[in-house]
Amino acid sequence: MLYREVGDFKTTYRSDGQTFPIAFDRWRYYIVLLVAFCVVPFIINDYWTNAVLLPFLIYAIAAIGLNILTGYCGQVSLGTGGFMAVGAYSCYKLMTGFPDLNILFCVLLSGLITALVGMLFGLPSLRIKGFYLAVATLAAQFFLVWLFNKVAWFYNYSASGQINAPERTLLGYKITGAETSAPVTYLFCLVLVVFLAIIARNLTRGHLGRSWMAIRDMDIAAEIIGVNPLKAKLTAFGISSFYIGVAGALLFAVYLGAVEVGEVFGIQKSFLVLFMVIIGGLGSIFGSFAGAAFMVLLPVLLKNVLVGSLGWPTDIATHLEFAIVGLLIVVFLILEPHGLAQLWRIIKEKLRLWPFPH
Amino acid sequence: MKLKTLTAMALVAAMGTTPAFADLVFPSLSYRTGPYAANGIPFADGYEDYFKLINARDGGIGGEAVKVIECETGYNTEKGVECYESTKGEGALVYQPLSTGITYQLIPKSAADGIPLHTMGYGRTSAANGKIFNTVFNYPANYWNGASAVVNHLLAENDGDIKGKTLALVYHNSAYGKEPIRTLEELSKKHGFKLDLLPVDHPGQEQKSQWLQIRRTKPDYVTMWGWGVMNATAIQEAANIRYPMENFIGVWWSGSENDVKPVGAKADGYKALNFHGVGDDFPIYDDLEKHVYSKGNATGAGDQKGTVLYNRGMYAAMLAVEAVKKAQEIHGVADITPQQMRDGMEALEITEATMKELGLPNFGPSFKVSCENHGGPGLASVNQWDAKAGKWNQISDYSETDMDVIGGLIDEDSSAYAKENSVAMRDCASSSMVAKMSREEIAAELKAINARIQELMKAAEAL
Repeated sequence: MLYREVGDFKTTYRSDGQTFPIAFDRWRYYIVLLVAFCVVPFIINDYWTNAVLLPFLIYAIAAIGLNILTGYCGQVSLGTGGFMAVGAYSCYKLMTGFPDLNILFCVLLSGLITALVGMLFGLPSLRIKGFYLAVATLAAQFFLVWLFNKVAWFYNYSASGQINAPERTLLGYKITGAETSAPVTYLFCLVLVVFLAIIARNLTRGHLGRSWMAIRDMDIAAEIIGVNPLKAKLTAFGISSFYIGVAGALLFAVYLGAVEVGEVFGIQKSFLVLFMVIIGGLGSIFGSFAGAAFMVLLPVLLKNVLVGSLGWPTDIATHLEFAIVGLLIVVFLILEPHGLAQLWRIIKEKLRLWPFPH
Repeated sequence: MKLKTLTAMALVAAMGTTPAFADLVFPSLSYRTGPYAANGIPFADGYEDYFKLINARDGGIGGEAVKVIECETGYNTEKGVECYESTKGEGALVYQPLSTGITYQLIPKSAADGIPLHTMGYGRTSAANGKIFNTVFNYPANYWNGASAVVNHLLAENDGDIKGKTLALVYHNSAYGKEPIRTLEELSKKHGFKLDLLPVDHPGQEQKSQWLQIRRTKPDYVTMWGWGVMNATAIQEAANIRYPMENFIGVWWSGSENDVKPVGAKADGYKALNFHGVGDDFPIYDDLEKHVYSKGNATGAGDQKGTVLYNRGMYAAMLAVEAVKKAQEIHGVADITPQQMRDGMEALEITEATMKELGLPNFGPSFKVSCENHGGPGLASVNQWDAKAGKWNQISDYSETDMDVIGGLIDEDSSAYAKENSVAMRDCASSSMVAKMSREEIAAELKAINARIQELMKAAEAL
């Protein structure tokens, strides 16, 4: 009834081509933004920010990044953890090397550095595809982690090899360091997420996104109709790595504050982000958010239910948590291989016809 | 799916907010799962059992019941942050994360929130400098003491001369494993031995290449900074290449029953450091049996009593309880705050008499924490594994470590931290004097000052 095109007349090309063509959808989007910006910052506490919202927002950026590469351009990557490490270590070097540089620029510059590194490791994609490319990116993952462990310059020769985020401010508010306040870090990440998500959405709807999708669907056909595979693949690697680098920088500087490359940016991080993308839905920006929410919130929720309210021993709860999350992943892949985004799409289709499905 | 996410979030919201400030709260950031569980379980059991004993036998500390909140970290830093945030609102008095990685993350947070952090024998070594690390404690010993203790043991074995010998360090490739390197490098310069570094990546099940290298280069001694599944694997690999076990010395985190037992008879003679007693031959175990075990209250499976790490967990809890008692004494309240707990830890003094009274005679060294020194005396002993009897034997006394070298390194590293994070150095002289004084002494002092002021006023008036 509410959710339909009927009566929603478009009089300009601009309004016809907008992201949310259905009025109800558009309003829902505005309300979500309004709540996220104007309500949430006033009701959250440290626990909500540091345990739930920050990881969700940061992983959402990483998932959008990987989705651009894997979901839109069809290039499988297992190097996400390594690229996040590039973002984190560039951010650290920028923060310590240029103490007066604004943290926002630090984060964006780390994204750019990661984009360059990503394009470098994307070069093999011009020759190899599928599993072979996955293995090449896996090599990137291991190489980058090894590099940050081995070369002391990256961690400023500290005894432990740990990197610690010094305190940095933006417009007088503390963004990194120990004495940050929950709403500030949340808003900082939220602004970046919204900004990057809007850009990603519009990129994927435009010329570049279409060339990515053409490469994904059939690279030879795409080449014949005039898509330049070099340009398409390298831009996908570059832009995807930019997002992943920003996520890595935020994960280190804003969320964790201290990072050790082997533990935080290991191979399991690559798989975590890949799972987010697969469960959320390949080739969907909404899917990236849904996947990140699923993988971040579910373990916290299960822990709070099993240990917090049922009072189970923590080890049993954790083992059960592994089993439940694993089971849900399998169930999703069998019942809905296109991920949560596809479920959302089906719901929208049904809503359009409701209450007269035939 | 939208609805599902919403209900999920609502549920999280309902669960996340349950503040209770009634008891003395001790969060136990444990890990009973994952590759480090074999070492995490006994520590967590010992930690919790001691608090159970305190509740059952003494009715809490100073009349206040103790509550332990367990949170599973899996030795993972992200989960550690989640655990910290979820428990700090409950009035947590002190955090003991049993993970160097998590410690690094909590150091700035603990300074900001004013909740003390006790990293007993792990964590950031330079936190021993209390002038800079106000809320972090790592008494009674730290990694650098450990590194020095290994070298001292070798010196003792070689009549004080290890020039030209080779010492290989097999270490967990993380902040934890890298901690001793700097000290060992200094010591190798001082004593003229050669240091070989062999990193092992997380989780540490693959060490074939490292041990092949050891077989090839034949270092005179091997020392290990390992944890979890890495320990047993290393000892097994050492046995496989027939490396003489008595030349293989682990730090105190690589010396529990769970590390040597899987290797069987071949682990016989393996050495490890320790900073407390081993076995269950202490009077406190009678109390534990009477008040905790016999009532079926033992934490976990209840099969860890008397193991090295169980004892260490118990020791950690014991030191926390003594610090609470001290804090209650200083501030005159039973229900202390984390800040008061910090004061208690800083004024903590453990003597042999206290240890005996607590049912732990000859269990650990006597020491005193001060404003400048949060690291304790740094005494360590060497234990040796007897595979036939299935127990650790203490083969040396708690001996001094090379504080000349370590002290300098601590100053260097902690001032680097202070500079990087713009932390101001505390002035210890004045605050520690007040901390040491009892209320009566302070009152007497104030009276004396008052009298002197009066005197001066009179003199001024006369002028």
